[in-house]
Amino acid sequence: MPSIPDSRANTEGGCEMIQKPLLRVRDLETRFFTEEGQVNAVEKLTLDIHDGEVFGIVGESGSGKSVTARSVLGLLESPGRVTGGELWYRDETFADTVRADHPDAVDGDYVDLESLPSNVRRTLRGTHFSMIFQDPMSSLNPSIPVGEQIAEAVEAQRRARANPRSVASRTQGYGLSQYLMSTVMGSRKYVKSESLERAVELLELVGIPDAPLRAKEYPHEYSGGMLQRAMIAQALAGEPKVLIADEPTTALDVTIQAQILDLLTELQEETGMTILLITHNLGVVARMCDRVGVMYAGEIVERGTLADVFDDPVHPYTQGLLGSIPDLEGIGARLQPIPGNVPSLLDHEMGGRCYFADRCPKAMEECLEHPPEFDVDGSSHHATRCYLAETTYSEARALDADYFGSAEPLEDAADEPVEPARSDGGNTEEDSR
Amino acid sequence: MSADDHTVTTTGRPTNEPLVRVTGLEKYFWENDSLIDRLLGDDPVPVRAVDGVSFDIHEGETLGLVGESGCGKSTTGETLLRLQEPTGGAVEFDGRNVYDLEGTGLKAFRREAQIVFQDPFSSLDPRMTVGRIVRQPLDIHDVGSKTDRRAKVQDLLERVGLAADHVDRYPHEFSGGQRQRIGIARALALEPEFIVLDEPTSALDVSVQAQVLNLLDDLQDEFDLTYLLISHDLSVIRHVCDRVAVMYLGEIVEIGPSEEIFESPRHPYTEALLESVPRASTDERDRDRKTISGDVPSPRNPPTGCRFRTRCPQIIPPDDLEIDQEVYRAIMTLRERIENRAITLEAVGDRGEYEDEDGEFDVTDPDAFVADLKADILEWPVSGRHDERVTEAVMALASEQWDDAAEQLAETYGSVCERENPGLPESAHPAACHLHDVPSVEDDRYGPS
Ligand SMILES: Nc1ncnc2c1ncn2[C@@H]1O[C@H](COP(=O)(O)OP(=O)(O)OP(=O)(O)O)[C@@H](O)[C@H]1O
Ligand code: SF4
Ligand code: SF4
Ligand SMILES: [Mg+2]
Repeated sequence: MPSIPDSRANTEGGCEMIQKPLLRVRDLETRFFTEEGQVNAVEKLTLDIHDGEVFGIVGESGSGKSVTARSVLGLLESPGRVTGGELWYRDETFADTVRADHPDAVDGDYVDLESLPSNVRRTLRGTHFSMIFQDPMSSLNPSIPVGEQIAEAVEAQRRARANPRSVASRTQGYGLSQYLMSTVMGSRKYVKSESLERAVELLELVGIPDAPLRAKEYPHEYSGGMLQRAMIAQALAGEPKVLIADEPTTALDVTIQAQILDLLTELQEETGMTILLITHNLGVVARMCDRVGVMYAGEIVERGTLADVFDDPVHPYTQGLLGSIPDLEGIGARLQPIPGNVPSLLDHEMGGRCYFADRCPKAMEECLEHPPEFDVDGSSHHATRCYLAETTYSEARALDADYFGSAEPLEDAADEPVEPARSDGGNTEEDSR
Repeated sequence: MSADDHTVTTTGRPTNEPLVRVTGLEKYFWENDSLIDRLLGDDPVPVRAVDGVSFDIHEGETLGLVGESGCGKSTTGETLLRLQEPTGGAVEFDGRNVYDLEGTGLKAFRREAQIVFQDPFSSLDPRMTVGRIVRQPLDIHDVGSKTDRRAKVQDLLERVGLAADHVDRYPHEFSGGQRQRIGIARALALEPEFIVLDEPTSALDVSVQAQVLNLLDDLQDEFDLTYLLISHDLSVIRHVCDRVAVMYLGEIVEIGPSEEIFESPRHPYTEALLESVPRASTDERDRDRKTISGDVPSPRNPPTGCRFRTRCPQIIPPDDLEIDQEVYRAIMTLRERIENRAITLEAVGDRGEYEDEDGEFDVTDPDAFVADLKADILEWPVSGRHDERVTEAVMALASEQWDDAAEQLAETYGSVCERENPGLPESAHPAACHLHDVPSVEDDRYGPS
């Protein structure tokens, strides 16, 4: 029988977290095998997510946030594959259900989803794990009325509960292939009227006015905010324990974003579900999350409570990210951007160093060796992949300013944050290398 | 242009006059305007993307234009550059009406006024080298010799933080931030006075956005540029702009110095926008913010009077009416739904009570129906006098008398905000809202239908 690596959060947390985590992600690795080469989209990712919390994953474009979400859900499509790691999910009933057939996947009331066959794992979708996307069109079928689609989700979930081996519904995880299929078949599946009633209730729950009427409308008749609500309703159909929300408000205007965030908070409080919230917006994280992980180049480079990460960041990338956002509360000084760009994540270009070293103002000799995750003072959850957690920065060991220069010919020097207090803002020439 | 003080510009515009003056600018798009629609006799429907906006931009300043998607920001920017023809209104650039320009005058305007687009991925021709992209405006306007142009392009690339030897590369070899720099270099090529920046950083990551914002700031100082910055990101607007105009549904609702707009907003919509932005700080969770409900209405059929009234928490009750603001807001939303017939009567209550065997609407107990309907729709508890009034009006719905219900409510609860269009007075910091002293015009579309 396998055993789950110990989580620091439990051994040191004292009374902070008596509850065992709901999800323990250990060294998760996801790769895409593309023509250009192997893309290391998620790299040795370790996380604990607790019951009823809102855990945020924040990072810039291409850092691997969405792939992480899909990996957790087992929703990866070719050429992507989880190539390593464990994903322990705590659910006593589920553990009992699968213990007989898959003893190796079970440890106490935890089940390692990565060692389950995909057909068994699929039964968790909707009822245990549910996902909402940035683009509602990816989970709503344009040719079926919204209410009917949610009713289908309701029925699919009922079937799934009754028979864990049933197939997913036509609208679940809706994608291009399903779209083609549904237009070709064009048939309208019959949904029971009680499912439709439940769908209307769900639409009301997520704040859609005149839900009975709106249930009969097609997705294109909905505004962006209403579509997002409808997608949340669909995701709630199976009363999931974990809701994974991938950039749920990114496409929305701020006044609508505020409504949707309030809705998620309300639903979380009412149902006690756990939310994994993925976003690039640090304000959204601050509003919503109990704990947060910062992703860079496929890794969680820093994680901890909101206060750990926002008030005492250790990793220079976290610091840079926080320094880059213009402040709404004051005009503030010149912004302090992070120079350069996000790396490509191609395996053969990654090298063995700290992935941030080429943009890091504090890169030192030791950074040429890939840093492990270190504990950081602060809450027991605070950890970072950076040597600065243990050592102080030393000029003497600093890497030459253009150490990576030749490797990054396009890197911009004009805004190097070395001298952020430049007063004139005048001639850019003097700043160019 | 030099930064020297001067009292008169080359065209004779006194310096206290704005560089750009927009007056009553309108841009409508027409739907149902095909030949078939006309044969069928369908009236064309105007989409009022920009509906009478006026503002000035002074030399050397950055004016921000902020608002939610679809409010007409980009159309305003493109129309004032004459990249789209206006439906009405005028734009003066350097003292001359842009829409009257022809020949050399128009050509000069095309040099002086440039635009940087939102999407660095689609706004650059992928088949052209970076050198050609940046050089293209110089070629079109026939500026200098071939060698001059090449030197100029290399210089521009360095100015925007790229390397001179990037001229022979193609856009796909660059990151988003770098492509946006290429777009900026292209806009600078003809040494313009004025640049419209249409969401220049919204496709970029924050760390790269900061690079580009700093660059724009430096270039403004270096070349004495005047900017119109269009953005939905209030933090960016605050960081960059001297003055800010806030747009809602095709109109400017407030305009003023940046500091004042952010510290003491005067229009309820501006307030709501600012409240809604989540702050990236640990205090954010406990910040008690007021959000506004509802969606932005369609510009095909904007609300009468003040366009924000369907969502405004401060909508003004009649003078002689004593009523809590929340109660009033709830009744106004109920009115809205009755007027739009957006209540499914047979679905009121716990389903089925007001439906006969055929699923048709059928009420046997009107009092119960009214109580259920109020419970379903009213977003705030209504009691006493107002409850009586609402009950009486809603009773008409039990017999499907929609107009009767709507009229009864309009009689008691009609607001100045739905009858009169609040204008934007001329001052340093005006807000188009009846809570302030504003010129207003009766809305001829208003009236019990
Ligand atoms: N289908 C795919 N094929 C190949 N590579 C992929 C695929 N999907 C994602 N990737 C790669 O995986 C990496 C992580 O992508 P991911 O979509 O998770 O980023 P993200 O953090 O969600 O970014 P964004 O903020 O832009 O949504 C990227 O390098 C991306 O190019
Ligand atoms: S490990 Fe070194 S290079 Fe990487 S972030 Fe820390 S200091 Fe910078
Ligand atoms: S005019 Fe009336 S509805 Fe419009 S913003 Fe002012 S108070 Fe609100
Ligand atoms: Mg993503």
